[in-house]
Amino acid sequence: MIPEIGHFALILALCVALVQGILPIYGAAIDNAALMSVAKPAARLQFLLVLTAFGCLAYAFAAMDFSVLYVAATSNSQLPLHYRLAAIWGAHEGSLLLWTLILTIWMFAVTLFSAHLPEATRSRILGVMGLVSVGFLLFMLTVSNPFERLIPAAPDGRDLNPLLQDPGMVIHPPMLYMGYVGFSVAFAFAIAALLGGNLDAAWARWSRPWTTVAWCFLTVGIAMGSGWAYYELGWGGWWFWDPVENASFMPWLAGTALVHSLAVTDKRGGFKVWTVLLAIMAFSLSLLGTFLVRSGVLTSVHAFATDPKRGLFILAFLAIVIGGSLALYAWRAPRVGLGGSFAMVSREGMLLANNVLLVAAMGSVLLGTLYPLFLDALDLGKISVGPPYFDSVFVPLMVPALFLMGIGPLAQWKKASVPDLAQRLKWAFGVSVVSAITLPIVMGNWTPMLSLGLLLAIWIVTTALVTLRERLMHITGSSVMERLASVPRSYWGMLVAHCGIAVFIVGVTMVKGFETEKDVRMNVGETTTIGNYTFRFDGAHDVKGPNYTAARGTFSVSRDGREITVLYPEKRRYPVQNQIMTEAAIDTGLLRDLYVSLGEPLDDGAWSVRLYHKPFIDWIWGGCFIMAVGGVLAISDRRYRPAWRRETQEAPAAVETARRKYA
Amino acid sequence: MSRFLLPLTIFAVVVGFLAVGLTLNPREIPSPLVGKAAPDFSLPQLHEQDKVFSPKDLAGQVWLLNFWASWCSGCKTEHPVLMQIANSGAVPIYGMDYKDQRDEALTWLNRWGNPYPIVGVDLVGRVGIDYGVYGVPETYVIDKQGVIRYKQIGPVTEEALAKTILPLVKELQAQ
Repeated sequence: MIPEIGHFALILALCVALVQGILPIYGAAIDNAALMSVAKPAARLQFLLVLTAFGCLAYAFAAMDFSVLYVAATSNSQLPLHYRLAAIWGAHEGSLLLWTLILTIWMFAVTLFSAHLPEATRSRILGVMGLVSVGFLLFMLTVSNPFERLIPAAPDGRDLNPLLQDPGMVIHPPMLYMGYVGFSVAFAFAIAALLGGNLDAAWARWSRPWTTVAWCFLTVGIAMGSGWAYYELGWGGWWFWDPVENASFMPWLAGTALVHSLAVTDKRGGFKVWTVLLAIMAFSLSLLGTFLVRSGVLTSVHAFATDPKRGLFILAFLAIVIGGSLALYAWRAPRVGLGGSFAMVSREGMLLANNVLLVAAMGSVLLGTLYPLFLDALDLGKISVGPPYFDSVFVPLMVPALFLMGIGPLAQWKKASVPDLAQRLKWAFGVSVVSAITLPIVMGNWTPMLSLGLLLAIWIVTTALVTLRERLMHITGSSVMERLASVPRSYWGMLVAHCGIAVFIVGVTMVKGFETEKDVRMNVGETTTIGNYTFRFDGAHDVKGPNYTAARGTFSVSRDGREITVLYPEKRRYPVQNQIMTEAAIDTGLLRDLYVSLGEPLDDGAWSVRLYHKPFIDWIWGGCFIMAVGGVLAISDRRYRPAWRRETQEAPAAVETARRKYA
Repeated sequence: MSRFLLPLTIFAVVVGFLAVGLTLNPREIPSPLVGKAAPDFSLPQLHEQDKVFSPKDLAGQVWLLNFWASWCSGCKTEHPVLMQIANSGAVPIYGMDYKDQRDEALTWLNRWGNPYPIVGVDLVGRVGIDYGVYGVPETYVIDKQGVIRYKQIGPVTEEALAKTILPLVKELQAQ
């Protein structure tokens, strides 16, 4: 009964989405307030309906209702409850429901925080989101229904893929989807602006916090996915340029460009057309990612079980949504005037260069991802594109972007002078170059890439310090603390996010430059040394988990004769799917990770073992989290707060002032 | 106007490719040997070690060459299907015992049944290299002129047999 309620809620949600997608947009076009006022309650009702459906599916999983096909396919009675709940998004149908739920959450958020928007704009935004939702609900109800029954019911489920039985599964997909789907808000803002023909600075101001929040979620989501791959796949890599990783990375690149381009549109009224295009691009790439994962056109470790009907549906949906918005763009954008002019050397100029480089990087990732498909479609052979391509294309594009990142915040709007910038940055530049050359020598391994990576990281941090110092000098205040406090949060956000990039670069550079690994056969009691750490293998014994059995190895790690830690890597066997999983053991540290994974059992209790010493690897994810913290700081800025507070206290007046202010 | 149409144009091209991509299978690995003459070899037979097995002896008939081993679990999976082909007499399957121990291979055949009239012994995998074997089991369809016409990677499934292999064999036998 419960699954049928869920199914019915989805059908109702589709009806509501249709109403929400049609009436308010039409109402905004003919200026009919009654039709426009449908948008808000419809969006909230749709959220409740999809939430109900989601709750019903969650109940089916919790109650182990194996008469639901999807539950039987992705869970098992032995599976612990938290993984049964995570199994909701463990395969195609449920993850689509999560996608839709998150879309309606964003819609609901728009209804809460849009009191200051003109009625027509809000109606269009919610209408566009409603139309996107129609597509996803139709997709679920026609070819991917998570509530489909299995009669007779299965005695037990086929279990969740053991790779997914991990805390990462509980949190990574929701974070990632929050990011993907969050770009739908910026997308809806852009489409609404194109429809209404009012692409002004106010539009950019409203879009900015939404875009930044989505960007933060996506950043954290990708970082978590990368960290998960690192400890779960058992061979110590953190990024593989797998098509599906690329599918999440492309919206990130477009989103990063969008965040910067929105700043120009907001502050200077420039880049309007470009910003709209980026907003469309960021969300389009999210949709494209959905297509790539679910259609089976590319081979990937992440690919869902595929079905050509589904592929065709998403492709048609993509063609309508993206094609439609790009057509609207081609029709409306030419009428949007240009912003103020600016010299090439100016903050606008540098942000433009940043945008061009980010989009070029996105384009090259897209090309590399789809290239095997292009060749195959043209019958020119089967190839796969791997890390060498991406590394050699991506690094040269990012180096100038990162270099400009240091200068951009110091340059004046409109026109800046090169000698003046050089004068202000000479110390930062000198310190960066000298330390980038000497540090690797001190550490005993000088390579050009190592120096380059450190140069960029130190450059970003030193220029951020110079920027902050100059900013403080312009502020009048008695104490340093007072002056620090008067720097706007959004400015702090930028500095922190940029420093996050620096931390990330340090991580990547140091891991590439100094990591060591060993594949060895270890007998019980034998020791192996790697990067000053001595590992002693104390044997393996069998242990029993809730739904698996495992051989658990014991490794004592010591340095200079002192024992530091004991690591317990496992080789697990999940009987339901008869899968073997390698569970690496990692000793995490600020400056290095020690990583042990068990290979195969050999004779006499010996095992083949893989050991890694990975300096600074946690800085990679740390950098990403710092970037996200920067984003959070930026949206906590005072300029975004009054609107909300006013709204709760004296809503009507607030709307009036807001309207006057933004008109 | 034209530069505003550029994104739409690029997108249309990508959609075109994606649509074609839907009809393709990225996991399918084509064999460069399909359409080429089956590499020649002369190997001792499994059951009667003093006799040799060579594709030359099979000229003028359509036959299957199946690489297998007693240590290979996929070979056990496809074994009932091979037995079914052998019993139906639709096409002869010749076996190639790949990187295996002779006694274990014989035990395996005695235990599960022998679908092969003759089994060659490729002890070091030399012939496997000539045929481009990725892993066992793999099955080749070879025509009357000794040309490879099809390669099945992995176990021969009921579906592959009914939809691909048997129709192809019938067509080749009719030539």
